[in-house]
Amino acid sequence: MNLIKIRQLLEASVLCGAESIDQEIQCGGGADLMSDVLALMEPNSILLSGLTTLQVVYTAEMSGVMAICFVRGKRPPPEAIELARARGIVLMATRLPMFESCGRLYKAGLKGSSEVPPGTARPGKRRHP
Amino acid sequence: MTNLSKEATKLQELAYELKVEQAMTPDPVTVAPRTPMTRLRELLRDRRISGAPVLSRGKLVGIVTIEDLIKCLMKGRTGVAVGSVMSQEVHTLCADDPLVHAVSRFQELGFGRLPVVDRASGRLVGILTMGDILRCLLKQLEVDYREEEIHRYRASHIFEDILADDIAVSFRYQVVGGDFHRAGSCSSRLRTSLLRLGLSPEAVRRVAIATYEAEMNLVIYTPGGTLDARVGKERVVVRVRDGGPGIPDIEKALTPGFSTAPDWVRAMGFGAGMGLPNIKELADEMRLDSKIGEFTDLEFGVCL
Repeated sequence: MNLIKIRQLLEASVLCGAESIDQEIQCGGGADLMSDVLALMEPNSILLSGLTTLQVVYTAEMSGVMAICFVRGKRPPPEAIELARARGIVLMATRLPMFESCGRLYKAGLKGSSEVPPGTARPGKRRHP
Repeated sequence: MTNLSKEATKLQELAYELKVEQAMTPDPVTVAPRTPMTRLRELLRDRRISGAPVLSRGKLVGIVTIEDLIKCLMKGRTGVAVGSVMSQEVHTLCADDPLVHAVSRFQELGFGRLPVVDRASGRLVGILTMGDILRCLLKQLEVDYREEEIHRYRASHIFEDILADDIAVSFRYQVVGGDFHRAGSCSSRLRTSLLRLGLSPEAVRRVAIATYEAEMNLVIYTPGGTLDARVGKERVVVRVRDGGPGIPDIEKALTPGFSTAPDWVRAMGFGAGMGLPNIKELADEMRLDSKIGEFTDLEFGVCL
C-alpha cells in the first residue's frame, strides 16, 4: 500500500515529505511506547502514534520507519517536523483516534509487523559466517 | 510511480524552501520613462532580454516589454519614449518571498517576468523569469544530490584506500544527562555516519536501535557519558560509559519489563523496561558492568 492511499484512508494531512508520498509501505504499527517501536517496527513501515515529541522522529529513524502519522488531531512541534524533513521521513496528522486509524488501515489490507513474510524485513540476527 | 513524479514533487518542496532572491537576476537592466523606444530595441537585442523595469528617480514606475515594442512598430510609432507605452500597473515580488509564491503569481498573471523589490525599502533589487526559477531549482537539486553522494563516496572508500592489515574507524559522541531535547541526536549522527561508511542498512539498523536505547538510558538515568563506536571490517562495537548511579542488580535490569523509570519518563514513551533487553536481542554480543555510585559500562557488538 502506498502513502497516498494511507493518507486517503486516514483523511490525513501531510506535514512534511510530500515528495515521498508515492512510496510503498510494507506494514504498519501503532504505539505510544517508544521501546515497543524499537523492538517491533519493521523497516519500510508506517508508525501511528499519539506522541509528538522529537524522540518519536528519532525512534522512527533508528527503526527505518518511513512515515509517521500522528493520531487524534495532535500536531508535533516545529523542531520535530524539521528533523523529519532532514531525515527524509514523511509526517502526517489525522483527527482519527488510534484505534480507528489502525482499524481502517488493517481493514484495507495493510499488514502488521508480525505478519510480513520472514526474511524480507525482519531484522533476524545474523550469526557469524 | 515513476521517478519523474518523485522529482517533480521534490521540486515543489524546494520551491517552498528557496527564496525569490536566490533565483532572480540581480541588478537588472533598467530604462527611464524618457528613454526612446529605438534605444529600448537596441537594449533588448544586445542584452538578450525581453523586457525591462522602468525607473524614475530610483523609483519603479512601470515595466516595458518586447510586446510593447512590437505594438509600437506595427503602429509606426517608433519615435515615442518608453513612458508613453509602458505598463504603469506593476506587479512585483519581494526578495524574501518563497519561490512557490512567485510560481503562482506567474500562473495567475500570465506575465513573462516580474520585478523584485526589497520588502522594507521598496527598492528594485532584481528581476525574475520562469527561466530563472527553473535554473535555480535544477541547480539546487544537483547540489543536494551531490553533497550526499560526495559524503558517501569519501567515507565508503576509507576501508579500501588505507593500506593496512587491519583497520578500524573510531568516533565518539557526548551524551548530556537530562537533556531530552537532544536525546537521540548522537545515535542519529552515528547512524548517518555508518551509512556513509557503506555498511549494510540491516547492520546499521541494529546498531542504531541498540545505540539509541543506550543513549536514552544515559539521558534518563545518568548525568551523562560517552558513546564510542569502533567500526572494523567485520564488526561494529559500541561502548557506552557513564558516571551515573550504577545498576544495583544487573540481572534484574536485563529482565524484560523491569523498570525503575519515573512517571514523567513513561509519559514520554520511554521507561517500559525494554531498553537493555532490546539491546541484548539486537546485538551479537553484549557485556555490561556497573558499580553502584560510580559508573555503568556497556559494550555491544554487531557483526557485519
